[in-house]
Amino acid sequence: MTPERPKVAVVTFLGSLDDHDAVWALAALDADAQLVWHAESELPEGTSAVVLPGGFSYGDYLRGGAIARFAPIMDAVIEFAAAGGLVLGICNGFQILCEAGLLPGVLIRNASLSFVCRDVVLSVERTDTPFTSRCQQGQQLRIPIKHGYGNFTGDDELLAELERKSQVVLRYHGDNPNGSAFSIAGVVNETGNVMGLMPHPEHAVDPLLGSPDGALILASLIDAARERRTALV
Amino acid sequence: MKATVLVRPKAGILDPQGEAVRGSLAKSGFDIVSVRIGRVVDVEVETSDREKALAELEQMSHDLLANPLIESYEIELLEEA
Repeated sequence: MTPERPKVAVVTFLGSLDDHDAVWALAALDADAQLVWHAESELPEGTSAVVLPGGFSYGDYLRGGAIARFAPIMDAVIEFAAAGGLVLGICNGFQILCEAGLLPGVLIRNASLSFVCRDVVLSVERTDTPFTSRCQQGQQLRIPIKHGYGNFTGDDELLAELERKSQVVLRYHGDNPNGSAFSIAGVVNETGNVMGLMPHPEHAVDPLLGSPDGALILASLIDAARERRTALV
Repeated sequence: MKATVLVRPKAGILDPQGEAVRGSLAKSGFDIVSVRIGRVVDVEVETSDREKALAELEQMSHDLLANPLIESYEIELLEEA
């Protein structure tokens, strides 16, 4: 019996760039990935995970993600997350989740002021999340980044609380490419069902593209989505 | 009514843009202590009721124009002649 392909909704905002890559990568990992237009007010029936992709929604006007979070589909995403649904925000998607208040903190301009586009090495800080279950504790992943606003920050209290509650899932290993606090590359919310990360796992699912390490994150998400879907049936 | 909303990076929050401009000004020979870069948003609201305008401006500043995690804002309502 072939395992069920869980339905993963990938939202296209005006200015999303990596929505098609995300759909391609998720489908390659055996998910039923579907694009959802930002102006929709509901997620497709049977959605078991949502991905907010990378790009420059609304031209990054004001702040990255600031405008996108008012898109009609975001009410449905917020409701889905509040009910425990799995939500993964990649790059601009991470910025949108922070602006929407689904994740703590904010992403500001890279300390170098330069756009950075290259592979980075990440270290996995937690494997007990729906996004990293296929990884090993402390495992190093090679995944590309491409952003000008990836410098994760918050006030001292917020950052201390993130560490205290172990909400940091991924950190840059060695060189910190954007100046982010405590080398943070990816965080989860307190309940662990919403994650944001600056690196692009959808660009690293095949050795031909440089690294297959991103597949570990997306396949973890698909595993968790499948389990939840099955639990509901 | 017309208003100006001044958005500034909060004290203690790294401002890479201000830092770069500070470096550049220092290289140009200015004795610079610090530079912080914010944003000016000129807004005109429909209402002519001062209280209502202030309440609306407060809400839009908090919800969209500034991210209160890293930015503070000041609202200046311009008196119309």
